[in-house]
Amino acid sequence: MADLSTLQELRRSPLHDMATEIRDGGVTGDRAVQLVEQPFVTMVSVRIDPDSTGSRGIDEALGAPLPRRVGETSQAGGHTALWLGPDEWLVVSESDAESLVEQLRTAAGDTPAQVVDLSANRTVIELTGPGARGVLEKGCPADLHPRSFPDGTAIMTSLARVPVLLWKVDADHFRVLPRASLAQYVAAWLLDAVREFAPASPSAQAGA
Amino acid sequence: MLQIECPWCGLRDETEYKYGGQAHVAYPEDPSALSDEEWAEYLFFRDNPKGPFAERWVHTGGCRKWFNAVRDTRTYEFLAVYANNEPRPDISSLTGADTAGATA
Ligand SMILES: [Zn+2]
Repeated sequence: MADLSTLQELRRSPLHDMATEIRDGGVTGDRAVQLVEQPFVTMVSVRIDPDSTGSRGIDEALGAPLPRRVGETSQAGGHTALWLGPDEWLVVSESDAESLVEQLRTAAGDTPAQVVDLSANRTVIELTGPGARGVLEKGCPADLHPRSFPDGTAIMTSLARVPVLLWKVDADHFRVLPRASLAQYVAAWLLDAVREFAPASPSAQAGA
Repeated sequence: MLQIECPWCGLRDETEYKYGGQAHVAYPEDPSALSDEEWAEYLFFRDNPKGPFAERWVHTGGCRKWFNAVRDTRTYEFLAVYANNEPRPDISSLTGADTAGATA
């Protein structure tokens, strides 16, 4: 059997074949937007009763309590827990998945819980720049205005009619997490959506 | 676009939800004791009121949780949302005097 490092060299992210297009697809100017895929990010699903002793164990292991309300995230020590439902979270982490799963399963103790490595389920598309919110607003039904979507908010919503997890780091930085099988569609939609955010070039105005 | 209030996620577009039919239809205690007619009644027959109707919804595009709602079938107005282990709310308190179309 191939060892793990060989497998990691062989693996391909969902947007591997679009890397050049994505890198060159950004626009500059007042409403600049840059896109980049953040591949192979550790994502671990946690399902547990939030009022149980096991969930308190998980709070301690993560270094911050699991968020309790829609949109909330909690961040500590390289882990961010995103609220997905009243008993479901996605932990996005800088740790490796295997040890994080082990750690959280141990922390849950005897409480019925589900801790699963879902890193391959989604990829991460980072949108940065002052135009990022405007691009997303073209295809997302959620209200992304800061008064209802502050920094650190993450929700399950849709973009271009397909389900995504949308995570706002700050005003100029959003993360879109589509399922792997929908990633190319979402990336292609985003690349098209950013085009109108480019400053009008003199040659374009001349009708070239 | 019609918006529906998920008990956990708040107001979201109708397209994030799927409909689950009439609420409070309990699985028979002892299915094998039922006559064919009673079994068919359980499987296929549902109320179809003109007015407030307690029904199941699932927030597929969000938290993926099931919940119950009372919706007025004449106006599409959602009169209440509640957890699916809670009893049906008193419909007359939701609609005032206008409950003639409601069925029990
Ligand atoms: Zn919901």
